[in-house]
Amino acid sequence: MAKVLMKGNEALAEAAIMAGCRHFFGYPITPQTELAAYMAKKMPKIGGVYLQAESEIAAINMVLGASAAGKRAMTSSSSPGISLKSEGISYIAGSDLPAVIVNVQRGGPGLGGIQPSQADYWQATRATGHGDFHLLVYAPSTVQEMTDLVALAFDNADKYRMPVMILSDGMLGQMMEPVELKTAGSTDCPIEKPWAACGHRNSRPHNVINSLYLTPQALEELVKKRYEKYEVIKKEEQMADEYLTDDADIVLVAYGASSRICRTAVNTARKEGIKAGLIRPITLWPYPAKYIEKHIAHAKSFLCVEMSMGQMVDDVRLCVNGRKPVAFYGRTGGIIPAPDEVLNEIRKLTGGTK
Amino acid sequence: MAVVFQKPQALLDVPFTYCPGCTHGIIHRLVAETIDELGIEGHTVGVAPVGCSVMNYNFFACDMVQAPHGRAPAVATGLKRAIPENIVFTYQGDGDLAAIGTAETVHAAVRGENITVIFVNNAIYGMTGGQMAPTSLPHQVTQTTPYGRDTSYAGHPIRVCEMLATLEGTALAQRVSADNVKNVQNAKKAIKKAFTYQIEKRGFSIVEVLSTCPTNWGLDAQESLQWLRDNMIPYYPLGLYKDVGGTTK
Repeated sequence: MAKVLMKGNEALAEAAIMAGCRHFFGYPITPQTELAAYMAKKMPKIGGVYLQAESEIAAINMVLGASAAGKRAMTSSSSPGISLKSEGISYIAGSDLPAVIVNVQRGGPGLGGIQPSQADYWQATRATGHGDFHLLVYAPSTVQEMTDLVALAFDNADKYRMPVMILSDGMLGQMMEPVELKTAGSTDCPIEKPWAACGHRNSRPHNVINSLYLTPQALEELVKKRYEKYEVIKKEEQMADEYLTDDADIVLVAYGASSRICRTAVNTARKEGIKAGLIRPITLWPYPAKYIEKHIAHAKSFLCVEMSMGQMVDDVRLCVNGRKPVAFYGRTGGIIPAPDEVLNEIRKLTGGTK
Repeated sequence: MAVVFQKPQALLDVPFTYCPGCTHGIIHRLVAETIDELGIEGHTVGVAPVGCSVMNYNFFACDMVQAPHGRAPAVATGLKRAIPENIVFTYQGDGDLAAIGTAETVHAAVRGENITVIFVNNAIYGMTGGQMAPTSLPHQVTQTTPYGRDTSYAGHPIRVCEMLATLEGTALAQRVSADNVKNVQNAKKAIKKAFTYQIEKRGFSIVEVLSTCPTNWGLDAQESLQWLRDNMIPYYPLGLYKDVGGTTK
């Protein structure tokens, strides 16, 4: 299929439709609004549902309902809106329902700003809502990847019966790039969902979608079972992209928009004779620890670069576990670090060009 | 031997978790009888709230989904939009529907969402032990209004049916009571009408049922029913607040 020029938010929306999503529930917030607007334009023409909810809280609960009925359902928002969705996401996780949630991150905390940010990493990977649970978290770095990861997100949400987040940012959402939309499945519910609350049609006992377990033993048993599933996911689903890491003395670690800046900085450093490389996590949970592990022996140091005050760096340090120094460089509040700023950090850490 | 009375099919044969004297059991039965009489159990999905009736997903024989506190109308919206031919109802208490879930309730009605809401109003938070509800009456003593609800400080009770009757999307808004045989029979008619309106795709239907809470009111069953008559009905007059009318059987 030929490449087309599309905005990240719109490309993601189209890819979701191609992945069989026919139920989208949204609420306006910058910088994700084009995603909802695209759905509003497209869904009525293909027999799908676009509904503008009265709040992000209502939107995620509509996703809960549509998913409980067995449909591929999705919502999108930006940082403050994700905070509002966190209650519903916890219930979706606690009810073992699949769902895809997109966060086009902006600056925070509070109302923050509307420029790109990566300050919701902790929220996405540590505590999207109350209770013991995880989301599968994908971090695209190009418009192409915004689309490619959507089908995977829906497939894995259904496969593991859990909520999946696509953690994007305002830069990827708003930028236009050539993209090839790959046709995936187009049926509404490609996976059998015998658990769905879709009406028993007098042919089976009633299905119950629920997250309440008043007996502590029953609740612990269920949470532990969910954690066994998470262990499988940690083994099977880690994804990362590596660039010039084989011989690298300094390994940069960055995801999403900041990984693109790091790639430029790595190229410049190489021209200066500094052996720099880049690991770009694609899954943020499970964290791609095995990709970091491979380079601990030969790397002299690691440099984590984020558009935050340092959140993913916690995970890099957990992987490296004191075996090599791990430095951090970040800008926040909607400021995108320039390649030169990152290059300066590389030079400082390697004692590179004077 | 002729069977003259039995448990509705739409209620499972499990013990209720309600306190003695509470009218939730009656209201459950009315919903279940309606489901039986309309023959809709196989394509009905109920949404359980948070509160005393949270575990009604164990009681109703149709498919059930348990919603976060107050969000039942949003969850019901998702269920209904996903499979419009299904019949979707929520069963909610006053704290769930008229406090934390006010936005979800109002906007489901605004959209004319084709769902049925059974609203059980007993003027108190029962499950958490008797705190002030949005529908607690002026001067009513609760755990969190120990000197009585002072309306100049804690505000006035919400009359939900009157409020929702102002909205275009509301097809039916009716207040009934579970306090005596005649009123229970009227409640049944209203609930059946609400479900029938949904089948006829008329929009949002809500039946508010005045109910008792002997445990947290500190009264016995009989006294509670009398308290409801003496105090709740004057503040919450029974009646039909909105009815788009028409061909319902």
